[in-house]
Amino acid sequence: MDNAPDGRAGCAGVTVRLDGAPVRVPSGTSVLQAAAAAGVAVPRLCATDSLQPFGSCRLCLVEIDGVKGTPASCTTPCSDGMVVRTQTERLAKLRRGVLELYISDHPLDCLTCAANGDCELQDMAAVTGLRDVRYGFAGENHGDAPKDTSNPYFDFDPGKCIVCSRCVRACDEIQGTFALTIEGRGFGSAVSPGGSTFLGSECVSCGACVQACPTATLTERRVVQLGLPTRAVRTTCAYCGVGCSFTAELRGTEVVRMVPDADGGANAGHSCVKGRFAWGYATHADRVLAPMVRDSIDDPWRTVSWDEAIDHTARRLLAIQAAYGTGAIGAITSSRCTNEEVYVVQKMVRAAFGNNNVDTCARVCHSPTGYGLKQTFGTSAGTQDFASVEASDVVLLIGANPTDGHPVFASRLKRRLRQGARLIVVDPRRIDLVRSPHVEAAHHLQLAPGTNVAIVNALAHVVVTEGLLDAAFVAERCEGTPEWLEFIRREENSPEAVEQVTQVPAADVRAAARLYATAPNAAIYYGLGVTEHSQGSTMVMGMANLAMATGNIGRPGVGVNPLRGQNNVQGSCDMGSFPHELPGYRHVSDDAVRSVFETLWGRELLAEPGLRIPNMFDAAIDGTFRALYVQGEDLAQSDPNTAHVSRALRAMELVVVQDLFLNETSRFAHVFLPGTSFLEKDGTFTNAERRINRVRPVMPPRAGKHEWEIVCDVAQAMGYPMTYDHPAQIMDEIATTTPTFAGVSFDLLDKVGSVQWPCNAVAPEGTPIMHVGGFVRGKGQLIPTPYVPTNERSTRRFPLILTTGRILSQYNVGTQTRRTANVVWHGEDVLEIHPHDAEVRGVVDGDLVSLASRVGETTLPARISERMPVGVVFTTFHHPATGVNVVTTEFSDWATNCPEYKVTAVQVSRVQRAPAGRDAGPAPSAAGSGPAPRPVAQAGA
Amino acid sequence: MTGVVVTTQVRMANDIAAQFGYLPPQAAARAVANHLRSFWEPRLRAELVRHVAAGGAGLDPIVIEAAALL
Repeated sequence: MDNAPDGRAGCAGVTVRLDGAPVRVPSGTSVLQAAAAAGVAVPRLCATDSLQPFGSCRLCLVEIDGVKGTPASCTTPCSDGMVVRTQTERLAKLRRGVLELYISDHPLDCLTCAANGDCELQDMAAVTGLRDVRYGFAGENHGDAPKDTSNPYFDFDPGKCIVCSRCVRACDEIQGTFALTIEGRGFGSAVSPGGSTFLGSECVSCGACVQACPTATLTERRVVQLGLPTRAVRTTCAYCGVGCSFTAELRGTEVVRMVPDADGGANAGHSCVKGRFAWGYATHADRVLAPMVRDSIDDPWRTVSWDEAIDHTARRLLAIQAAYGTGAIGAITSSRCTNEEVYVVQKMVRAAFGNNNVDTCARVCHSPTGYGLKQTFGTSAGTQDFASVEASDVVLLIGANPTDGHPVFASRLKRRLRQGARLIVVDPRRIDLVRSPHVEAAHHLQLAPGTNVAIVNALAHVVVTEGLLDAAFVAERCEGTPEWLEFIRREENSPEAVEQVTQVPAADVRAAARLYATAPNAAIYYGLGVTEHSQGSTMVMGMANLAMATGNIGRPGVGVNPLRGQNNVQGSCDMGSFPHELPGYRHVSDDAVRSVFETLWGRELLAEPGLRIPNMFDAAIDGTFRALYVQGEDLAQSDPNTAHVSRALRAMELVVVQDLFLNETSRFAHVFLPGTSFLEKDGTFTNAERRINRVRPVMPPRAGKHEWEIVCDVAQAMGYPMTYDHPAQIMDEIATTTPTFAGVSFDLLDKVGSVQWPCNAVAPEGTPIMHVGGFVRGKGQLIPTPYVPTNERSTRRFPLILTTGRILSQYNVGTQTRRTANVVWHGEDVLEIHPHDAEVRGVVDGDLVSLASRVGETTLPARISERMPVGVVFTTFHHPATGVNVVTTEFSDWATNCPEYKVTAVQVSRVQRAPAGRDAGPAPSAAGSGPAPRPVAQAGA
Repeated sequence: MTGVVVTTQVRMANDIAAQFGYLPPQAAARAVANHLRSFWEPRLRAELVRHVAAGGAGLDPIVIEAAALL
């Protein structure tokens, strides 16, 4: 026998004789792993494949020649020539004895237990042949320990706990929160969420502990309510750009639980509170399940048949084009829809509408990533897979808060940091990663909002002027070098010169630059704190410059990595959602590319770019843009300057909303077409690492149509033939027309699980790391990136700077998460404000405050927070009751018009004193703030 | 064309020009024109050109030069 835990045969290592048969395994392999590799099941309880060995349950005992006693096989490494016995009468007796002790302090309610049939203790009792408990059950036990039902998704029943520490270790090793511990000693040992309840603790409800628990001690409430699942469907999460793989476990079409896939390429068996638990919105009573129309937005909705809704939509679109011109209508695609659903919308716009007026919600998040990385590297995507971080020695984290926004990646990052990698945080806020259990950033460059480009230039200036440039890499792989070097060497880019602007001490910048530049592998990860600025695109190019200058491109552990906001931001951009690009990021003016689509689609396509979202709004107010088809996007809540957006939507003759729920945008809509949740979709999502994952339906579309069918029906009714029998055919068309997707098909994905584009003849199983040996554009382009201050400045009237973002438990405009129990953590938006700024305004924690800018005003509760710097306030945009985008402005990124959400000059003033005993909840280091009553919010313009 | 649209386009065009300010004026104008051709819908470009023809109030000189290249 020649086996190894990783499936490789004949590798270098050691050979042990296990139950008489030789087994060859790599050095360091435990006896338990060697046995598993040889197909021998050794009883175990505290050991599990996802955790480090612990050696506490004493079930996996084995006999080893020359070794005294019966060591635990999980903690005993194999050595060459070792002779191991896993099944002897002595071992069987010992294991039965161990089980007997466990069972003597365990309730014997198996037949009514939620874990009946899914309990490892039960399994081990059967495997060891336990038939009797000699000690009886009347002795002191933990059976009466009170159950903790504080968490909305799972219960903790200490009476069923065997204190195997799997939950504690899962929280430590997998999630990295260290919220759980074992309190007490001996018989008094008990799992504890830090002496609190689960809800009141640091627990972030990722569910890793629930998954690790071998008994019913930690159990999903859905399992308690519904029983164990009877079937399973593998699919992909509907939330952030990590794109976790899950197995949806079901009874019929009812979801019992979502279990993260251990072999999911993006998540490797982990999840967060949203993906694992917050999917109940799919069957929420608010779902609209029938099409509706109305002539005026002041009329009540009228439920109609699909035929009538489709016919009405097509007729109105054609009539508006007849009256105002071909370019008077357009559409917006959604990053929460599948690649196939997005592809058909842009096809409808280009082939049926006859224009390029298609844009996507990526406009308001990562459009600068598309621009900046295409200019410098040649393609609009991140360079690495998520696993790459495991090879990073230094991580430069800029404008991202992964523990809230991308929690599963954050866990991976924290694991690497606990192993010794160093972290540099560039952020105005003191995010959790600056200092949290077992993680402390080497440097926190706490810059003033709006000064990213000054900082990245200063970092590059240090690299170049202190001899840290990777001259060989730059000479071989880059162009534009002399111009860039001349620019970046200028004194105006030195840390000392920009210190007054950035407010970051020059010495800190120099130290951070040296750390990044001298690391064997240094990686940049970034988020919307980079892109949502007036110089968002410039900053993306500045980071690309820095990575190229230090040779940190083209191998594991390095790169420039956008953390995408939504699950299919990458995919919606890949699919040609931008008004200037056809699928695969190819400009509409490219005759050869256009002819590919013209031949296939049978229509002549426009060679000029179409309108972007803000252009559409302006043109609507101007009277030249009259109809908008909105796929899964709540513009009236998510886009900046709500008054302006509302005015534009109100000016249109036809607004079509395709969504799950009536939302803020639907207040201005004339047609509502019910969409599908991810549990009904059949297609693919592409995550932030370019990984194309299958989304598989667990239930039929609740409103009777798939979203791609709705779009095809509208196009057909407009006179353009567009039919598919199955979404796999849409992917086949994408593969036919788009070189980076040439090898992708549903069949391939079903076979290999997932692939990262480019996936084609050159890379038939995908490309985890890009730009190895050369850039997509040939040579990397170094581009001068002068710092240009934003025009949005604090003034005497608006002396504070507002930045906005998200929190762990909520997602985007809250359409999904507000309709789940996640509201227990974040029932309303709150304004985080530094104690000094609060004190000078007479504001105390929990006060209702006015937040006003030059374009609007809203009210929300204040939370005093020392993670804010003086002069900067922060809030989320999850709740329409606050509608924080009434205060954000029209300013945007110069290249892409991505809104400048991160810099708005505001004033804060107290409106109403907090009622006695009320505060805005704890600092949001856990899943969010505690429950609090909603504010009386008013939005004005 | 309304005042809103003119104001917006003047701001957007000036923002673009500011980014290419590190280039010599003629090169900057070419870069701005290229950007406008690549990303601005034709009616926006036409409106900008009309605004320049009407005096180009509020526009960066680089934008005015760029408009001549459209």
